[in-house]
Amino acid sequence: MIEFRSVSKRFPDGTLAVEDFSLVLPSHQTTVLVGSSGSGKTTLLRMINRMVDPSSGSVEIDGEDIATLPPVKLRRGIGYVMQNSGLLPHRTVVDNVATVPLLRGTPKSQARQDALTLLDTVGLDRSLADRYPSQLSGGQQQRVGVARGLAVNPNILLMDEPFGAVDPIVRAELQQELVRLQKELDKTVVFVTHDIEEAFLLGDQIVILREGGRIAQVGSPADLLAHPADDFVASFVGADRGRRALHVERHGDEDVVVDSDGRLAGVLDSARRAGMAADPEAAR
Amino acid sequence: MTWVLANLGLIWARTLDHVVLSLPPIVLCFVIAVPLGWLARRYAVSRGIILTGAGLLYAIPSLPLFFVLPAVIGTGLRSPLNVIIALTLYGVALMVRVVSDGLESVDGDVRQSATAVGYSGWSRFWQVELPLSGPVLLAGMRVVAVSTVSLVTVGAVIGVQSLGSLFTDGFQRGIQAEILAGLVATVVLALAFDGALVLLGRLLMPWTRRDAPTRVAAPIEVSAA
Ligand SMILES: Nc1ncnc2c1ncn2[C@@H]1O[C@H](COP(=O)(O)OP(=O)(O)OP(=O)(O)O)[C@@H](O)[C@H]1O
Ligand SMILES: [Mg+2]
Repeated sequence: MIEFRSVSKRFPDGTLAVEDFSLVLPSHQTTVLVGSSGSGKTTLLRMINRMVDPSSGSVEIDGEDIATLPPVKLRRGIGYVMQNSGLLPHRTVVDNVATVPLLRGTPKSQARQDALTLLDTVGLDRSLADRYPSQLSGGQQQRVGVARGLAVNPNILLMDEPFGAVDPIVRAELQQELVRLQKELDKTVVFVTHDIEEAFLLGDQIVILREGGRIAQVGSPADLLAHPADDFVASFVGADRGRRALHVERHGDEDVVVDSDGRLAGVLDSARRAGMAADPEAAR
Repeated sequence: MTWVLANLGLIWARTLDHVVLSLPPIVLCFVIAVPLGWLARRYAVSRGIILTGAGLLYAIPSLPLFFVLPAVIGTGLRSPLNVIIALTLYGVALMVRVVSDGLESVDGDVRQSATAVGYSGWSRFWQVELPLSGPVLLAGMRVVAVSTVSLVTVGAVIGVQSLGSLFTDGFQRGIQAEILAGLVATVVLALAFDGALVLLGRLLMPWTRRDAPTRVAAPIEVSAA
């Protein structure tokens, strides 16, 4: 469990990036921080591995104030994945993945072997192991980034817009992959994005942030959709624009689902349609 | 040509002298410039002092320096040490700025992510920042190597033997072939040092090679099939 206790962060230049932020991030769940640019997401994330130290307040991991822990050791036990992968350009794929275990003193052959296994885990072909990051596609680099984040088998995985820089198709693929991985690995994941769809897909708990890291609302995707706390949240999750107020329209002999602007959202699952015919009201 | 053939032994001996005078400054200036360059990048105060100092040092003409050094450090006027120390100073003067710029050129994201995965400041410097400045450092060292080989010849004027002695001797005795031989040998030696550095760079920085296995390998196989 990660807990923020009235955390504020003022940078030396006077920017108040986060103001009086308190939140509990439950273990083995994915918490997604979502908000527009400059709302303090990255700053909050980096306070968990002491890349940024709070100006006031404290961050605790399993009840321990991390300000008392040596930063380097703390970081070596926490996975970190960032946009543009942040891979070391001068190390091959396998060496990148093995970086942290090697820093922690794992024997070289063992670290390499584990790294190859991790490439399998994130769905990368082992033939890529000896390439340099510049020889990979953006999506492949992100997978390597995820593999590196998992390399020390951390309890906590921090992800800062990890899929922000890849095209939508690859992003969807990587998101699904992460959902699968998370089912398997059961980490405490903190995920930063400004894409609400991504937040809904990945998050058990979603935190919607305003400027200055102020929490607009915390809740499950269903909570946020069904009971947006205010107009800001409603507009953020798209409830106000009717993007998520769906209804069924007959199109030829198929039922299609459209939003209130009349834009197509999908088709009705034929298996479900049988049930719907029995209770047409349920579809409304 | 006849002079050259008759004096191959002499040319070879002077070439060896030249190598012995060139190598230490080239190696030493790198070793000294790395910590200074780090310091120059690290703090604003040290940056101003070090970079200005380096600039001034580089502006001192070499011949006066060869004469002044013995007085300052107490070596004999004809000691090869004077040449080695003077050229090390020039190398440092040039490389300090190069090291500082090279470290600056390392991508901020990469530095951040190295920190995030748990490199300490020390290990990050040696294992990430320094290697990634490699291409910039190499470019600087190539200039240092060539200019050092060329400046070593000036030492001949104060009587420190090198390929430059072939110029001075050739001038005094009016042997044009000797002057020419000295000139050609100096250029060849400079090119050899330069080539060696390029090779070393390829060896130490495989990720910068263009002929590293490329990621288009798979599609090419497909289209060939
Ligand atoms: N090192 C720093 N020094 C000064 N100000 C900073 C620093 N880092 C971030 N800030 C400021 O703090 C605020 C929050 O920044 P942060 O990077 O946490 O935002 P973010 O939510 O991650 O934004 P984005 O979606 O663009 O990544 C911004 O106003 C930013 O300019
Ligand atoms: Mg950010």
